Amino acid sequence: MMTDPTGSGAILAGALNLAFLLVSAALLMSLLRLVIGPDKPDRILALDTLYVNAVALLVLLGVQLGNNLFFEAALLIALIGFISTVALAKFLTRGDIIE
Amino acid sequence: MNPPTWNLAIELLVATLIVVGALFTALGSFGLLRLRDFYSRLHSPTKATTLGVGSLLVASAIYFSWLEDGLSLHEVLVALFLFITAPVGAHMMAKAALHLRVRGESGLPPDDLLDGKDDKGNTDPKQG
Repeated sequence: MMTDPTGSGAILAGALNLAFLLVSAALLMSLLRLVIGPDKPDRILALDTLYVNAVALLVLLGVQLGNNLFFEAALLIALIGFISTVALAKFLTRGDIIE
Repeated sequence: MNPPTWNLAIELLVATLIVVGALFTALGSFGLLRLRDFYSRLHSPTKATTLGVGSLLVASAIYFSWLEDGLSLHEVLVALFLFITAPVGAHMMAKAALHLRVRGESGLPPDDLLDGKDDKGNTDPKQG
């Protein structure tokens, strides 16, 4: 790693690799629930979990690359994900989004 | 400026927070996949996953504050937003599921209650 304050950074690199593995597994499990989810709210919940996992992945990438700019992207994904979750749930409840 | 033992301590702290956060995230999605009905499945992603991402964001805030010799507050913004919006989204999804009459393992309340009426059949004006 280029910007490494400890000199070695082996512990952090190992932890980051493990975390990438776990978050990718989480993304796959959410995707599976999105495909098989029996009801419509299940699929909305899976999409909600997917965007939170994407935020986690972006944060990990920002730490690994030592770049602060990834947080803007994470914030954007969080905003758009929340709005889409609310819009989909509202559509299922009311049959309309903006009444 | 930074003694080496401090560097090691910060690295250990950040690594621990990252592993714990990733574990919580993975467990939340595992619960989403494995739990039995929608109302149980609503719990794990909205609580465990949000906590896990919060832990990752704290780790990243510590890391960047250490790296750049100044307080890093972008992460706090993301964490605050996620912690505020997760319950709101969960509430909207639960309302949608109740509206669509999604049955759980132990069933649902009678249809009258779901339509916003009390047990005498009167409409509750507060429910919509």
